[in-house]
Amino acid sequence: MDLIIINLIDGLIYGLLLFMLSSGLTLIFSMMGVLNLSHAAFYMLGAYFAYQISTITGFWVGLIVAPLIVTVLGAGVERYGLRRVHQYGHVPELIFTFGLFFVIEELVQYVWGRNMVPYNSPESLNFIALNLAGGTIPAYKIFMLLVSVAIFVTLYYVLARTRIGMIIQAALSYPKTVEALGHNVPLVFMGVFGVGTGLAGLAGVIAGPSLTTFPGMAFLLGSIVFVCVVVGGLGSLTGAFVASLLIGWLQTFAASYNIGAGDILLAMGYEYPKDVYYHPWRDLWTLTLPQIGPILPYLLLVLVLVFRPHGLFGKRES
Amino acid sequence: MPSQTTSTISFSSLVPWLIAALVLCVMPFIFTGGGSITIMNQIGITIVLAMSYNMLLGQGGMLSFGHAVYMGLGGFVAVHVMNIVENQEIWLPLPLLPLVGGLVGLGFATIIGSFSTRKAGTVFAMISLGIGELIAACCIIITVFFGGEEGISGDRTMAPPTFGVEFITQKEVYFLIAFWVLISTFLMYLFTQTPVGKMANAVRDNPERAEFVGYSMRWVRYVSFCAAGFFAGIAGALFAINFEILTEQNLNLGASFTVLLATYIGGVGFFLGPIVGAILFTLLQTVIGLQTDLWALYTGVVFILMVMFMPAGLTGLFAMHIIPWQLGRIGMLIKPYSKIFIPGTIFIVGAVCLTELINHVRHHGDEEFMTLFWVEFNTRSIVPWGVFIIFTAVGFWFSRALAVEVKEAWGNATFVEGVRR
Repeated sequence: MDLIIINLIDGLIYGLLLFMLSSGLTLIFSMMGVLNLSHAAFYMLGAYFAYQISTITGFWVGLIVAPLIVTVLGAGVERYGLRRVHQYGHVPELIFTFGLFFVIEELVQYVWGRNMVPYNSPESLNFIALNLAGGTIPAYKIFMLLVSVAIFVTLYYVLARTRIGMIIQAALSYPKTVEALGHNVPLVFMGVFGVGTGLAGLAGVIAGPSLTTFPGMAFLLGSIVFVCVVVGGLGSLTGAFVASLLIGWLQTFAASYNIGAGDILLAMGYEYPKDVYYHPWRDLWTLTLPQIGPILPYLLLVLVLVFRPHGLFGKRES
Repeated sequence: MPSQTTSTISFSSLVPWLIAALVLCVMPFIFTGGGSITIMNQIGITIVLAMSYNMLLGQGGMLSFGHAVYMGLGGFVAVHVMNIVENQEIWLPLPLLPLVGGLVGLGFATIIGSFSTRKAGTVFAMISLGIGELIAACCIIITVFFGGEEGISGDRTMAPPTFGVEFITQKEVYFLIAFWVLISTFLMYLFTQTPVGKMANAVRDNPERAEFVGYSMRWVRYVSFCAAGFFAGIAGALFAINFEILTEQNLNLGASFTVLLATYIGGVGFFLGPIVGAILFTLLQTVIGLQTDLWALYTGVVFILMVMFMPAGLTGLFAMHIIPWQLGRIGMLIKPYSKIFIPGTIFIVGAVCLTELINHVRHHGDEEFMTLFWVEFNTRSIVPWGVFIIFTAVGFWFSRALAVEVKEAWGNATFVEGVRR
């Protein structure tokens, strides 16, 4: 039971982290019709910037400054890159962001090297917050949880209750009309792109110490984020939220229960083969749930796309 | 070009193919250097792969982020078949192995395409990404078929000899690859001439009107997708024959990105584009890759710049100059082009040297001396820093100033009364 609670909390933290990325991605998508494939690269940039700042001033300054730098960078990418490519159509836009992902990954390796950097959680949060029989939850994870929830609430409030949020929502569906009403729609686009990437950067800042900061971190999380966005339904913020939590729990639970496929086969009455390592079906016998864990999101993605192509919450025609 | 209704193939339309065959035959005797045949083999494989990719991206308007999967799966099966042949359980001469790979690619494409080609655009791209990730992740955990991290290896020389050839040397393999490159390119060309191939272009440009003509856009996309999978599988089997090993690296997202890169640099709008791209990309990869460990960064930056400023690729850039050529004004462009060439080169050299220098200081800081462009210098002194910064700045400044002139000359050279471009 304790293990379940710990996994629930861990999965929630991971899921909310995914949501910090997938929310920005979804907003950008519903606005520009373009999936920003370089989104996770900004997440990584956030972590690295925060690390660099934290070596000089400590963690807390990095927490504020790094996402701001990423926001400015993201806005710059929209203004000088994406807006230019936009005239050629959607496919070049996708190609552009895809290429940008690889360039940022190479740049990070160029600047900080190929190994992980020692980006750690602050001293003040290095204690154990919850002690359950099955394990412990460090205070930093609670901090991550609080930041994610705060971001989620703020985002919801801004989008649903403020004037800016209303302009953004209107610009999503009727950009021409909003422009005719005197709002600067390209500026709104740039702002949303910047804030979206900034959110990804913030996610990187808080995830860096806990998930380690290394050049592969963007790739590791990035592909999962796309799964969230697509499974939730392209353009649906609710869908992104549900899918993020779902995948967060899916991965956490899969990683912590060591159920082997062999056990299931034994229980089904099959006999254990003698030389399992030379057996043609050896993978069936030796696979364990934590091993399968990483492919579960993709499996979910393919299943959703086959049986419900518009995603869990997406509109029928996209 | 004869119209599609004539059933006989005229001799003149075959001439380019005969020339291509002749060039392919002569190449290994011109470039006899140690590594050149190895590079040519790689180029051949990349050509088939990039051409098959362009059936999707260029001709069908489908952006795939997982094309390496079909090549990889074809290659993995080819290696397994190679091993079965080695155990003499079945009889199959090596030159027919690419057919096996192609059929495997086709098989997987028929399954995956059946649901992924429902939509084009972003949805198709996302499904291809998801499938690619799924299979790449499976690669690590299903060790029987994929061999885990270290992959699966085979031995091509154990196949029954074909006309006495056992494919021991690289040159023998070269002719096998060249044969398949020619065959696949020819078949892919024929595909563009079929009604489905033509409709693929129509579906790319205006799916709605294509439907009105009476074609199902989904069906057209599906057929193109399957054909692309077939040729990707051939490329995979060629890869298996050439390298005798396949790993997860050959079908992951990075591999798919490489295909996209090569195809895009060449130009997706033209049939020859991927060939140009494959040749150039492989040469860059092997030549620059030996010189610097930053080559991936350079290619990435070049790629981004190309997407931004030259979306038609290299062949597109070439084709742009047909108009001033026809107008007889190509001479007007020579002067501004040669003028911008010098500061442009200075800028590129300066920027590259600066990048390399920073990289050296950051990651090999203990070595005091480094060599760039055959010049050895001390990284601790201020001189190289100053020189490179000046090179970069001055080159950039003059290039920008001269770019205006080039633009103006281009406008004059392509100006036609009453036509707006």
